[in-house]
Amino acid sequence: MIAYIIRRILYAVPILIGVNLITFVLFFSVNSPDDMARMQLGTKRVTPQAIQMWKHDHGYDKPLLYNAAQRGVDRFTDTIFFQKSVRLFAFDFGRSDSGRDIGSDIRQRMWPSLAIAVPVFVVGLLTNITMALLIVFFRATYLEVSAVVLSVVLMSISSLFYIIAGQYIVGKLMHLVPISGYAGGLSAFKFLVLPVVVGVISGIGSGTRWYRTIFLEEFGKDYVRTARAKGLSELRVLFRHVLQNGMVPILTGAMVILPLLFMGNLILESFFGIPGLGSYTIDAIQSQDFAIVRAMVFLGSVLYIVGLLLTDISYTLVDPRIRLR
Amino acid sequence: MRRRSRYPVRRGAAVLWILVALSLVGCNKTPWNDPYPAADARANVLYSAFSERPKHLDPARAYSANEYEFIAQVYEPPLQYQYLDRPYRLVPLSAAAMPEVTYLDASGKRLPADTPARRIAYTVYRIRIRSGIRYQPHPCFARDRRGRPLYLDLKPGALDGIRTLADFPHTGTRELVAADFVYEIKRLADPRLHSPIFGLMSRYIVGLKGLRARLVEARRTDPDGYLDLAHYPLAGARVIDRYTYRIEIHGKYPQFRYWLAMPFFAPVPPEAARFYSQPGMAQRNITLDWYPVGTGPYMLTENNPNRRMVLSRNPNFHHETYPRHGAPGDAAQGLLHDAGRPLPFVNRVVFSLEKESIPYWNKFLQGYYDMSGISSGSFDQAVQVGAQGQESLTPAMRAKGMRLRTSVVPAIYYMGFNMLDPVVGGRSERARALREAISIAVDYEEYIAIFRNGRGIAAQGPIPPGIFGHRAGRAGIDPYVYDWVDGRARRKPIRAARALMARAGYPGGVDRHTGEPLILYLDSASSSGPDQQALLDWYRKQFAKLGIQLVVRSTFYNRFQDKMRKGTEQIFLWGWNADYPDPEDFLFLLYGPNGKVEHGGENASNYENPKFDRLFERMKDMDDGPVRRAIIERMLRIADRDAPWVWGFYPKEFRLYQAWDYNVKPNPMANNSLKYLRIDPGRRARLRRRWNRPVLWPLLAGIVLMGLFIVPAAVSYARKEHRRPAQRS
Repeated sequence: MIAYIIRRILYAVPILIGVNLITFVLFFSVNSPDDMARMQLGTKRVTPQAIQMWKHDHGYDKPLLYNAAQRGVDRFTDTIFFQKSVRLFAFDFGRSDSGRDIGSDIRQRMWPSLAIAVPVFVVGLLTNITMALLIVFFRATYLEVSAVVLSVVLMSISSLFYIIAGQYIVGKLMHLVPISGYAGGLSAFKFLVLPVVVGVISGIGSGTRWYRTIFLEEFGKDYVRTARAKGLSELRVLFRHVLQNGMVPILTGAMVILPLLFMGNLILESFFGIPGLGSYTIDAIQSQDFAIVRAMVFLGSVLYIVGLLLTDISYTLVDPRIRLR
Repeated sequence: MRRRSRYPVRRGAAVLWILVALSLVGCNKTPWNDPYPAADARANVLYSAFSERPKHLDPARAYSANEYEFIAQVYEPPLQYQYLDRPYRLVPLSAAAMPEVTYLDASGKRLPADTPARRIAYTVYRIRIRSGIRYQPHPCFARDRRGRPLYLDLKPGALDGIRTLADFPHTGTRELVAADFVYEIKRLADPRLHSPIFGLMSRYIVGLKGLRARLVEARRTDPDGYLDLAHYPLAGARVIDRYTYRIEIHGKYPQFRYWLAMPFFAPVPPEAARFYSQPGMAQRNITLDWYPVGTGPYMLTENNPNRRMVLSRNPNFHHETYPRHGAPGDAAQGLLHDAGRPLPFVNRVVFSLEKESIPYWNKFLQGYYDMSGISSGSFDQAVQVGAQGQESLTPAMRAKGMRLRTSVVPAIYYMGFNMLDPVVGGRSERARALREAISIAVDYEEYIAIFRNGRGIAAQGPIPPGIFGHRAGRAGIDPYVYDWVDGRARRKPIRAARALMARAGYPGGVDRHTGEPLILYLDSASSSGPDQQALLDWYRKQFAKLGIQLVVRSTFYNRFQDKMRKGTEQIFLWGWNADYPDPEDFLFLLYGPNGKVEHGGENASNYENPKFDRLFERMKDMDDGPVRRAIIERMLRIADRDAPWVWGFYPKEFRLYQAWDYNVKPNPMANNSLKYLRIDPGRRARLRRRWNRPVLWPLLAGIVLMGLFIVPAAVSYARKEHRRPAQRS
């Protein structure tokens, strides 16, 4: 397994270079270094000399990808792309274009993101699985039909609607929790209840339908019939046997998401005023801060690769027949 | 036989805990939805919000309103705007008196005050500051028992365990001296800081350009280290004695006094720059750009731009009192009730990050923010407009005791013509007639009514109300676009515009020579607002009144700016916010040598009229008075005739204040107005409780509804479990 993991890590290097290159090309096809300088210096009374000086100080006065004025390897290394990318592979994110330390910001914003993303993930997973098992339990009854219709309705509604409706009903009309905001420590609880509930409800429709499909497939297999023949109760059959055998596809979906929880949830964080990483990237795009965009895309790619690796490893844990070589 | 519970004690304890919890909730006087700590319920704290994190808090770098909101409370430049007076008036802040202004000729000989500007080679501002002003407590001033600085020569590892400025156990202070002001002026030339006003100031402050060259050289060897600016003299900024300094500028530039009211000229202690430049500080985001050090009424005690910023009362704040005089009507509004009382009134100001307008508005209605602007979405909920156009609060807002304050912002949003364009530009009669026709057709009164809920005034020229030179009444209308009818300005009828179109060679919007319809192009910066498409359609309709086909090219702001710099646009939408209340700050937008394409200036329409330019050069150096007013009047007449802009509108700001806010009077020029605000925390706490009583019945109804699903499900389960296995599948 160790050889497999090392191989996958080595595969990740060209993937990360590619992702970095695509991010770079996309960003600079929309923004020029001059635009970035103007964004940082403001739009009033900025002189061309000031723009030139800002670019020089921030290393944006070099060619983007190829420096024809240099010789040998320097043609590729004395460029914005190389100079800005190489340190990422040592996880040195450097400073944002406005001067803040990106690593420090990420470390600070990671925790609020996790505080909301982890409960939404865990509670959502448990709720969806339980709902799906209950639907399977009541299959071919009006309850199943109602639940499936309800799921379709729930998944058809935009998550923004859940947020605004949640804030309006629970926060504004019922006055049960703050409409938005965040606090550290235990005080965070009252700020997290509503976003977590909204996050879970907005995912119930699609999650339940997905897991229901998995469990229905398992339900038709021979071992279920055998379990019933042994006289096991229906609930025991479902929650003990069907659930255990349905874990492989569940893990596939869940493990990939797990590392990405660090990246936060953009809309939830923005509307509920949670100071997480979700809105960090969008803010950076709006303010044309390439240093942050580059760092966050790189981090997201690394976490996604880690997620895929964890998924592969988890297969071996739930299904002893699978071996990683 | 009845089965006994296996856990009777635990179940009883659980019930007891629930009862205790419910009773505690019932006794708790803080509303459940209160986003602030219960301990602060009655504290003298002002609650506000920010939607965008500030980029810079360094006074040499910050230049936007969301940055000034913080630093203007911390840093104290020599001058400030009197809070209540209108028109805006400068008064001393950290200066002991208004600067002494002296004019010199090229040989340094003193000239009389009424010397014409062209003969003045230098102007000297001699500023005496107040003695006894002390800086806020800060680690950079901390000293040990022997008087040696504690934190200015930190050894490696000394920052272990330090995450924020508050983690330094010791602080100190010292008296403000004139050298701190000179130090900040020198910082404007530091290449590492990229001060946005260096370009402008280097044209005026004697020696600033040379200082920049020397500092660039010095920074080559140590780009991020501490640069002791005491070793770099600046002829244009010199210390005279402990409490006096002088600034020398080239020529006469009366607007310079307004710059002395901006944070760019506030004092910065060199110790702070030295403290923050030590290794390891920047990696912790502990920099002068994030932790300001000032003498103002507040100091930044919590600096988390990702969540909240907190200003706390500066314990070392010098004595300053609430103004004793104001504008007419201020006393009747209770604005002089606190006259002569020491400032500030509020102990703490908490700014929370609130990116979305809906939660912000709802929290304001619940009493959790003390003031709010009014977005288009919530306008009808808050304001009703009477038959005569007078604005008042809706009954719901009045019932909450809220107050509405409106003010015309010293800004203008206009539609410009690129004067370099062969179709709409130039000074030919044809092009002028075309521009005039468009100026009549684009009905900004309608625009204000539809898209701004009446929050604006149709402009008659580039100078907004409240600024010297603004024209009001009959004499103030643009006679090419408006008529004076029944005591008010009325836009000329569209037939007048069509006649102008015919004169321009486009009768009915068709080119007389080619027979082709006239197609014009409007460039604008795109916005994500819900009205964007409707707005652009509205512009198309305005041009269609003249038979002109308008093609709208909406692009990202940076792309839009790029077009403006290259001059490839034809017609464009833009605006300008005043830096200071002087007509020069608006009329320079039409000054030829300030053209964007040729000179990289702010004259976006590239308008150039030698007569206008000559008058501008005379006007800009004059003091306010009848002569200056007459020159401005002549300039405005020229601009009216040439019509380089459709004048657009002056925005009007509507702000709502809670019943517990006092001394509220919008002052768009003054950024340091938080110190004047007073609140009644007791009243706020009472009203918050009344407005936020928990409503629990929907929760109970939800539980009952769930029961309606669960009971038949449970029955169905029981039935199913009693069937044989074969029947279950």
